[in-house]
Amino acid sequence: MDKVERRKERLDRGIKVRTEGIYAVSSLQEVSYLVLPRLVLIVGLLLVPLLMPSLYWNRVISIVAIYALLALGFDFLAHFVGLVSLGGAFFIGVGGYTAALLNKSLGLSPVFTIPMATVGGALISTLLLLPALPLRGVYFAIVTLMYPLALMRIIEALNIFGGTDGILGVAGFPSRWIEQYLIILIVIFAMFGLRRLVNEDIGLVFRGVKDNDQSVRASGLSITLYKAIAVFIASAIGCLGGAYLSHIYMWAGISQFALDFSVIPIAATVIGGGGTLVGPVLGCFILVPISEFLRAFGTLRIVFYSVILMAFIMFRSEGIMVYAQRKYHQFERWVKV
Amino acid sequence: MSGEDILQVTKVCKSFGGVQALFNVSFNVQQGEVFGIIGPNGSGKTTLINCITGFIKMNSGKVLYKGKDISYKEPNQIANLGLTRTFQIMRPYYSLPAYKNLIVPLFSPRARRAGGWRGGGKLGDRGTVSIDILEEIGFERDSFVPYKLASSLPTGYLKRLELARCLALRPDLILCDEVFSGLSMSEIASMVPLIEKLQMDGITLVMIEHRLRELFRVASRVMVLNFGEKLTEGVPEVVMQDEKVKEAYLGSEKLLDYKFEA
Repeated sequence: MDKVERRKERLDRGIKVRTEGIYAVSSLQEVSYLVLPRLVLIVGLLLVPLLMPSLYWNRVISIVAIYALLALGFDFLAHFVGLVSLGGAFFIGVGGYTAALLNKSLGLSPVFTIPMATVGGALISTLLLLPALPLRGVYFAIVTLMYPLALMRIIEALNIFGGTDGILGVAGFPSRWIEQYLIILIVIFAMFGLRRLVNEDIGLVFRGVKDNDQSVRASGLSITLYKAIAVFIASAIGCLGGAYLSHIYMWAGISQFALDFSVIPIAATVIGGGGTLVGPVLGCFILVPISEFLRAFGTLRIVFYSVILMAFIMFRSEGIMVYAQRKYHQFERWVKV
Repeated sequence: MSGEDILQVTKVCKSFGGVQALFNVSFNVQQGEVFGIIGPNGSGKTTLINCITGFIKMNSGKVLYKGKDISYKEPNQIANLGLTRTFQIMRPYYSLPAYKNLIVPLFSPRARRAGGWRGGGKLGDRGTVSIDILEEIGFERDSFVPYKLASSLPTGYLKRLELARCLALRPDLILCDEVFSGLSMSEIASMVPLIEKLQMDGITLVMIEHRLRELFRVASRVMVLNFGEKLTEGVPEVVMQDEKVKEAYLGSEKLLDYKFEA
């Protein structure tokens, strides 16, 4: 019995090579090779609210989009700056409370509160996280995990911002279609914006910080400054989601500091494929609806959910998007060793 | 040689816990020269560079660069003054192509002052400038080498990339931490003219080196460190005749000979 050793050989498709650089515009085939996947994604995201028009699913879609924003921020920080952040809940809470307070105390409409909470909340979050910036990896993760827990208890103990009741009577959106489409457009813009950013010169500095921070210092750049800028970007995206959440629920409360906002984006990033920025968004649009579908099983929901997650991590740990990109760009064949 | 001191290091001390890594090390580097630092393993050469460039905070001592006190400053501030360094263990950005590695230093305040917002002034954007620098340092422009990921480059190119990162900052002084180590003889042979060219361009070089023959080809003066202390300093030929230097370098061999006889 002779065993033939075989391995999988992967080769870039010719069209992939041809579409790198300016020559991509040379023919319709090349252009469509580049445009199609992006178009499918954008149109797909825009169709989601139309395909699920019930009131209940409308709300779910908005929440999914907010999770998607958090997942984008997480993926950006973790895979392009080297900061593993568990601060999703922190960003949501800060953004949510800022928007609610601006709306209630100053009477501003959501048109103003959401942008103000985005920038203001990002400033607050970045300032609070400044002491943690020299940390890396799991240490940064632990510190960012502590922030939402601490803030939640502070609000509870001091009974500020409405205490455990939260801030009630925040203004809502005029229509549920505006509510959904606005956030989906924001997700699309954030996704393509970040994808562009990480390939700009400043994005290369961020990736440099992840790869080799000492080398960045030797290059005459302050790593604390660039980490702060990156945290500002990620927290702005997160705070935007938080502000949106307050206006969707017409309420801001300590449950916005719930750990779901920190954990689900990470799970979505694992399933969708880290480092792709598109993957985490897809991951959210898969994970959260699955969890909603599983409600039919009652208490067993979490069990099925966990099994699905574990199966994913064990058999497709690279993530959907990484897998899909490979299949799209390369062919594979078995060759004898 | 203009004879003006570009770097003045005075009584630098550094200890790690109980280990005295550097003790009262003082030396001056003149504008435009190649200054060598040699010494046995663990004699504190790399620690000295780390102290000068701010990567390690020294316990006491003073470093003047162009007459300006730079002791206890942050590494990025020092690099922005034109005092750059290479790392002994190469530190490229492995996930980026070689030419994109240089965009990071080209983004620094110093390079931006010189090159404007786009990075290269009239020369184009940062990508163009970095390809130019890479060509200067020995990456073939028309080959695919500058576009390969740093993780797939061989040691020789990574050492060059370290130097290129310094050059991107338009430095006045480069501290080279063993640029020849780990290279084959032919690779070293192609690096030496590069060092000479840098010196011709008016860049002062401080070189830590174990490859003495190649170092002595380019260096005008050398300093010898042993156990964190400065043994001597001077012209290479004179220094190597020094009894203390011979002992530091050959001491272990003497011990071996002694055992052999016994």
